[in-house]
Amino acid sequence: MNNVFQIAYWIPLLPLIGFLINGLGRKQLSKSLIGIIGSGVVLGAFALSIAVFLQVKSGNTAALHYFDFIKVGNLSIPFEFKIDQLTSLFLLIITGVGFLIHVYSTAYMHEEKTEHFGRYFAYLNLFIFSMLLLVLGGNFVVMFIGWEGVGLCSYLLIGFWFKNQEYNKAANKAFIMNRIGDLAFLIALFWMAAKLDSVSFDTVFSQASLAKLSSLDITVITLLLFVGATGKSAQIPLFTWLPDAMAGPTPVSALIHAATMVTAGIYMIARSNALYSLAHLTNDVIMYIGLATAILAATIALKQNDIKKVLAYSTVSQLGFMFLALGTGAYTAAVFHVMTHAFFKALMFLGSGSVIHAMGGEQDIRKMGGLGKKLKWTFFTFGVGCVAIAGIPPFSGFFSKDAILLSAFQKNPALYVVALFAALLTAFYMFRLLFITFTGKFRGSHEQEHHLHESPPAMLLPLIILAVLSIVGGLVGIPDVIMHGGDKLGAFLSPVIPVHEGHHVEASTEYMLMGISTGLVLVMIIAAMYIYKNFTPTETKGFGKVLENKWYVDELYDRVIVKPLHWFAGFLNNIFERVIIDGLVNGVGKLVNYGGRQMRLLQSGQTGTYVLLMVVSMVIIFALQFFLRKG
Amino acid sequence: MIAVLLILIPLLTGLATFFLKNEKTVRFWALLSSLGTLAVAAIALTVQKDSSLSEFHGEWMQTLGSSFSLGLDGMSQMLCLLNALAYPLVIIATWNSKYFRPHQFFALMLLAQAGMMGVFLATDALLFYFCWELALIPMYFLCSQWGGEKRIAVTFKFFIYTFLGSLLMLIGIIYVQSLTPDHSFSLNSFYMAKLTPDQQSVAFWLFLAAFAIKMPIFPLHTWQPDTYEQSPTATTMILSGVMVKMGVFGLLRWLLPVMPVPSVTMGNYVTCFAIIGMIYASLIAIRQNDLKRLVAYSSIAHIGLMCAAVFSLTESGMQGVMLQMFNHGINIIGLWIVVEITEREYGTRKISELGGLAQKAPGMAILLVIVALANIALPLTNAFPGEFLMFNGVFNSYRSNFGIWFTVFAGLSIILAAVYTLNMIRNVFYGNTNAITEKAVDIRFNEKLALGIIVAIIFVLGVYPQLMLNITSDISEHILKAVKGTANSGAVH
Amino acid sequence: MPINLYILLAVVLFCIGVVGVLTRRNAIIIFMCIELMLNAVNLLLVAFSKMHNYAMMKEGIATGGSDGQLFVFFIMVVAAAEVSVGLAIIVMMYRNVHSVDINFLNRLKH
Repeated sequence: MNNVFQIAYWIPLLPLIGFLINGLGRKQLSKSLIGIIGSGVVLGAFALSIAVFLQVKSGNTAALHYFDFIKVGNLSIPFEFKIDQLTSLFLLIITGVGFLIHVYSTAYMHEEKTEHFGRYFAYLNLFIFSMLLLVLGGNFVVMFIGWEGVGLCSYLLIGFWFKNQEYNKAANKAFIMNRIGDLAFLIALFWMAAKLDSVSFDTVFSQASLAKLSSLDITVITLLLFVGATGKSAQIPLFTWLPDAMAGPTPVSALIHAATMVTAGIYMIARSNALYSLAHLTNDVIMYIGLATAILAATIALKQNDIKKVLAYSTVSQLGFMFLALGTGAYTAAVFHVMTHAFFKALMFLGSGSVIHAMGGEQDIRKMGGLGKKLKWTFFTFGVGCVAIAGIPPFSGFFSKDAILLSAFQKNPALYVVALFAALLTAFYMFRLLFITFTGKFRGSHEQEHHLHESPPAMLLPLIILAVLSIVGGLVGIPDVIMHGGDKLGAFLSPVIPVHEGHHVEASTEYMLMGISTGLVLVMIIAAMYIYKNFTPTETKGFGKVLENKWYVDELYDRVIVKPLHWFAGFLNNIFERVIIDGLVNGVGKLVNYGGRQMRLLQSGQTGTYVLLMVVSMVIIFALQFFLRKG
Repeated sequence: MIAVLLILIPLLTGLATFFLKNEKTVRFWALLSSLGTLAVAAIALTVQKDSSLSEFHGEWMQTLGSSFSLGLDGMSQMLCLLNALAYPLVIIATWNSKYFRPHQFFALMLLAQAGMMGVFLATDALLFYFCWELALIPMYFLCSQWGGEKRIAVTFKFFIYTFLGSLLMLIGIIYVQSLTPDHSFSLNSFYMAKLTPDQQSVAFWLFLAAFAIKMPIFPLHTWQPDTYEQSPTATTMILSGVMVKMGVFGLLRWLLPVMPVPSVTMGNYVTCFAIIGMIYASLIAIRQNDLKRLVAYSSIAHIGLMCAAVFSLTESGMQGVMLQMFNHGINIIGLWIVVEITEREYGTRKISELGGLAQKAPGMAILLVIVALANIALPLTNAFPGEFLMFNGVFNSYRSNFGIWFTVFAGLSIILAAVYTLNMIRNVFYGNTNAITEKAVDIRFNEKLALGIIVAIIFVLGVYPQLMLNITSDISEHILKAVKGTANSGAVH
Repeated sequence: MPINLYILLAVVLFCIGVVGVLTRRNAIIIFMCIELMLNAVNLLLVAFSKMHNYAMMKEGIATGGSDGQLFVFFIMVVAAAEVSVGLAIIVMMYRNVHSVDINFLNRLKH
């Protein structure tokens, strides 16, 4: 019965093999072969994931133990996988969306040299490998291996065009900010290991273990893990790397910085729901940080002019929504939103890639406009994405966002109002983007206008598939009020995530909430259409300037952390090390030297002086002896 | 017997090298010798602990209470392997570097290897001291004869500094010897010696001086960056890859079990300095413009963690240190190889003068990035299990309430490590080429071979660290038992 | 004759020698002054040994106190050897610097 589980290790192994082949053979293989290998291994992993999913759906789960990774004294950390409902769902998202993006990339990256083309696919496969390790891991250490692995791939891919030092800076920033989170993750790990002698999910989340932990332990562990998640999933205060990460190729942004890697934090917290449901303080922190991030990022997105930056801030904002859901205890809703978000955000990123491809690398929306006429498919699919993210029923975003808003309402109506505000901003800036880019008059150069073309099929096909998924993807989680038993996702995940019990909300209230949000979203869309349909670029003033400059958060970090640290390091290097420490060490040497030189002066070479000294000394010794003996 | 071979091969071949004239012959001879040592060290791995092969006792200054005794346990097996592995790597990687008077150069290198083998194998304190100096003196000549511009001043500092430490240790050795019941220098008598806590703390500081200077621990570290910078790179590889481990090794073999009481009571203070040193060195590394100095400070930071883990007195910490001693040695040799190539091919080590090498030398770039990532302990590279265990050990520090804070502050250095390592990669390998790197060519076969071996070790030990942990698990348990057993048996107030 | 007078003479001679060594710069004169000091000591030794001899003879030991006189001979021999070496040095010095002024011999300083 468990045959599929026995070969489950092939799921991450296939992309790893792809990485090795493409990485080592990047100079020998042809482009098409690289593309086929790169996408093929992910397709294979996808097929296996489906098999695993079916197996899991029929009620089987598995804990697979491979070998002892680290075994020291009481601490034993095996290399193990755990396959359950949550894992299988993420496997499908990663390999599925991952495969589509691989296919898309074969066309998008086609102009790169073969060598770099191979490097690109090698990195991408390595990323899939790490991400699969992250979700398959049966303990926190294996998860951490994947966790840092995806960070590495993100770093490599952001800096893919390594000739541009600005891109490399963005890559470094991403890696370093992630490392800050990783440190917190590690400390949480040590804390767990110290208290429980184990970091396996099965042990840690068992009732016996949870009983061993004091409430302080749980609060600290969960908070630290959450700090880890803020790094990876770009929440306040560690979110500024994600918009900069748009320096990477667009499919990378779609895969890593929208669909998969950035949701690792949500996966981790959903996975640890047994711990988090006991940590009320942490939940509040998560909730408020999630909400604050959602609002902050949404306001910034209102004034961005780079097509990818808008999407990036939108991602940050949506991730904030997911954390809001986690904080209110609606783990299923968060996972649901991860899934739908993977569909529509990947779709929009790929769509923007198609636009950038057509515009010959231009990313500034002020220089676009009217692209809908030339890029019909792109326009259409991008529109579907916008509708989905805005939350118009029955598109996928509606159901997942509705679930989150509802859980916020259950917690506190005030939360609902703020969250709704953020959702409305989402609708507004997404449609601003849509209208500025695709409608009105073309504002670029003639050359660009001449060059405009629809993308090749390898790029359009993933767009269409993702568009379909964005439309129907929400149907797995229809709320109970609309259709009894419609929440198939919640039922599927219920063995991992116990069904959330909030305050019960009357069906009529629920309908009313849906009505309000849908209505207001429609108003927003119409407003955006009215304002931006015939857009002409103007200078932003006043508050808009603050938003355009992202609330000056980067500048703040630079002033408060980076510059002082740099200065301090310089002080240590130039002053403390050279003058004080080395000064002390050399000082001892100099003292001896100086002492010797002074002593040397006594050796004047004047024989008379020597004799005089001798006589005087003898007289003194004689006198001393004489008087001392008397006394 | 096998232990004697480990010392004799480099010693005799080293002495013989003085009489060879042809440069090619010298190189082959040195390579052959080091491969022979490596083979013996590999065989030594298979030797069981209590078998007759693992120990050797010869007569030597019997009247003083000293004998020529060597012993092989897990820790010495591992370090001898590192020592034996380092030499072929260094010789292969520096095959194209030119030295004047090559026969003397390689002879001294091999003599230093013999000395270090002796340090790792000696079970007699006087022999230990003897080998300690035997390793130091060739290094002095190597740095002062073949070094950079400021070599005379720098090696003078290096020598005086380490020699001062050695002398303090010698006083400590004689002091402890005078207190042993049978007035013997042997390791067992040292372990048996029932010192009072006061006597222990006198000896503790005397021994610690030597080891702390050798490792080095903040604020006794200033000889190191200068020496690394000025030495010929082949020597630097051995200095930082193997010789620095002598300090950590000394702590584990001669300090903790002999002076358990101060090791427990003073451990917190030493750890404090170690951790201050980690952050301090990492911060300074951020501002370095010279590749050699950057790697040197990075090494100080890593050694600081090892020292902190040693004094955590936990099994996890001990095992982590043992594993990391090996890993750090391998990884840093990898970094030095790249520095060596850069300096030889492009004539500069200044980070600001390089750039864009990834376009011209992709092979080197890939291998360096892997080694650099191992240097910042990314999972699935060998340094990750080591650092993980060490941090875990520090977190659970024995008889200390500050474990968590130690971990947090020590952890800052892994963030800083990412900062300086990635900046280095960015400025040296990425970006556009300039006048200096315009004509760069990729690395040659021998360098690729050396780096390839290192990368292979990085991945093997990164995925399956148990290979090493199994070797050293007995000895680390043994040391801990010695420390805690004695410390608990009433000696601690 | 009371011993005091011998001692006084020896002290005066010795002091003359010391002052001579300290104040004069001519190597030969210094040399002579050193001899003067040596002989002052010799004089003392002889005087004391004679006095000692008288005291011992009263107790019936005829050879008592002869050690001092032995020492005098010893000193004279050593002094002779010293003079030969010393004069040789002075001759060498004169050859090199054409002077016997000791202040020319201050090369130790450098």
